[in-house]
Amino acid sequence: MKLIYKKPDTITERDTTYCPGCPHGIAHRLIAELLEEMDLVKKTVIVWPVGCSVFGYYFIATDAVEAAHGRACAMATGIKRAHPESFVISYQGDGDLASIGIAEAVHAAARGERISVVYINNGNYGMTGGQMAPTTLIGQVTTTTPYGRKPELNGFPMHVPEMFAALDGPAYIARAALDSPQHIIQAKKFLRKAFTAQKNNLGFSLVELISACPTNWKMTPVEAMERIRKQVLPVFPIGEFKVAKGVE
Amino acid sequence: MGEKVLMKGAEAIAEAAIRAGCMAFFGYPITPQNETPEYFSRRMPELGRVFLQAESEVAAINMVYGAACTGTRVITTSSSPGISLMQEGFSYIANSNVGCVVVNAMRGGPGLGDIAPAQADYFQATKGGGHGDYHSIVLAPHTIQETVDLMYDAFDLADKYRIMVVMLVDGLMGQMMEPVEFKEWVDVKKFKTPEWATVGQGDRDHRNIITSLEILPEGLEKMNLALQAKYKKIKENEVRLEEYEMDDAEYALTAFGTVARIAKTVVEMARKDGIKLGLIRPITVWPFPEKEVAKRADQVKFFFDVEMNEGQMLEDVKLAVNGKKPVHYYGRLGGVVPTAEEIYGEFKKLVGGK
Ligand SMILES: Cc1ncc(C[n+]2csc(CCOP(=O)(O)OP(=O)(O)O)c2C)c(N)n1
Ligand code: SF4
Ligand SMILES: [Mg+2]
Repeated sequence: MKLIYKKPDTITERDTTYCPGCPHGIAHRLIAELLEEMDLVKKTVIVWPVGCSVFGYYFIATDAVEAAHGRACAMATGIKRAHPESFVISYQGDGDLASIGIAEAVHAAARGERISVVYINNGNYGMTGGQMAPTTLIGQVTTTTPYGRKPELNGFPMHVPEMFAALDGPAYIARAALDSPQHIIQAKKFLRKAFTAQKNNLGFSLVELISACPTNWKMTPVEAMERIRKQVLPVFPIGEFKVAKGVE
Repeated sequence: MGEKVLMKGAEAIAEAAIRAGCMAFFGYPITPQNETPEYFSRRMPELGRVFLQAESEVAAINMVYGAACTGTRVITTSSSPGISLMQEGFSYIANSNVGCVVVNAMRGGPGLGDIAPAQADYFQATKGGGHGDYHSIVLAPHTIQETVDLMYDAFDLADKYRIMVVMLVDGLMGQMMEPVEFKEWVDVKKFKTPEWATVGQGDRDHRNIITSLEILPEGLEKMNLALQAKYKKIKENEVRLEEYEMDDAEYALTAFGTVARIAKTVVEMARKDGIKLGLIRPITVWPFPEKEVAKRADQVKFFFDVEMNEGQMLEDVKLAVNGKKPVHYYGRLGGVVPTAEEIYGEFKKLVGGK
């Protein structure tokens, strides 16, 4: 039998810690494929966040550090400045990056830090049981918005790529989604550009990946993917918000 | 040793760190130590090393953490409120077994307090500050020359034990000018990326992971026991103190940092009056020189602890003395520096009559 599709070598054999149907695994696979295709595996240090992907280093076989909640961009900055030859990825959730770590992320972007950020928007705090995140949609019920997110109480969802694209430091800023094969192929293209931005020393790069949290959304994986298309993407549209010359 | 140069303490700290092979600085401005980062900002680029002004102390310490994970000699300098913001990072650094140097030019607190010299962060520095069972090595120099000399040791200790080393100084030492002499430059060309560093796997046959996380209690207990074993080794091997006029002393002052310097004058005043007073000055306030203090309990009539706080090192002195002799205390708070006359006056009240 001919093998036509397999796990990238850079993905380990370990049992997953993610729930069935969780797209964190898709994001991991895309990163692993790109690191192999771009010959970056042996140069890479991934800064893992506090969130469901806290054990990310179990699954992607590169050098890795585990940051404090929200501090991944600062830690990535320290690694990259001290050792510029390393290829540095900061993998963060929406609570980690857009809430507790927004200052570190914005300033890393403003400085044009030569790091690549993979930013997983699943609309809630998966790890702690589904509380409101800065990305939670208006009306969305979470464990801390039992009556649905209300603008007068909780404000509005945060659009990180749009905000960051207004800065001069980033070389590449985009949003993709992990809900369908077409979108996943596109997400990989965007991530490739983000990694190229770092590889070519052009500046900061970030790709938001619209993800799902079937467990806390209380949906089947299929329903969760449908919800992304019907409810999330209209608020968080896919697109490239900043593309510097040289990332293609 | 080179020639003597007249330097402000805050700048001498930076120059000493640079000569000791510090390759990266991350920090956020705060009085009374702004001359330190400013000096780094001029010198580090000249030498092709890293200077970065962070957006906050929270970011600064996590940049230090990141750089430390690459096995790079790295420093941050700050003062009390900034150091408070860094505590989470200190705790992570401790359980990740990476090394760095942190200078705290202590100022008056709590809260925003003032910008005058104080010693009220002793507990925070020696007993943790961040969460969990951890320690940092804490050095408490009492002159600028000693600070400069200890800076080399600070980096060596940080490398040797893969631990955070705190230089506990105060605003007064930063602002004073003093002639200082620097030791030889450390040859940074000899630095090699350590085997455990997370810089990308390269030719290694295994990958490196640096984390303070271990989800299983039995596993985390093991990590904790390893930390405690390291601390025990440090306690056995790295205690430093100065005993000044203690050989025949009938009374012992205990003090660290700036107050210890003033206390030396107090000892001289007493000796002139024929009173046999000495000074025990811990240089490492963690590990605290317990055994050395305990030994003196058989010799002196009482201990007199003087600090610029409400009696923080006092607790360590009392633990060491363990009730054998009285331990008296005098201190000033909020950034007030006691004079030698004032301390001597308080001491004479305790001696009584004479
Ligand atoms: C300082 C601190 N505050 C709070 C927490 C608890 N905590 C752990 S993960 C998390 C939220 C993670 O959510 P997100 O970043 O969206 O990641 P997800 O799990 O959704 O992938 C929180 C609040 C913590 N670990 N540290
Ligand atoms: S809780 Fe949500 S984000 Fe976390 S692993 Fe489960 S599905 Fe994924
Ligand atoms: Mg989330």
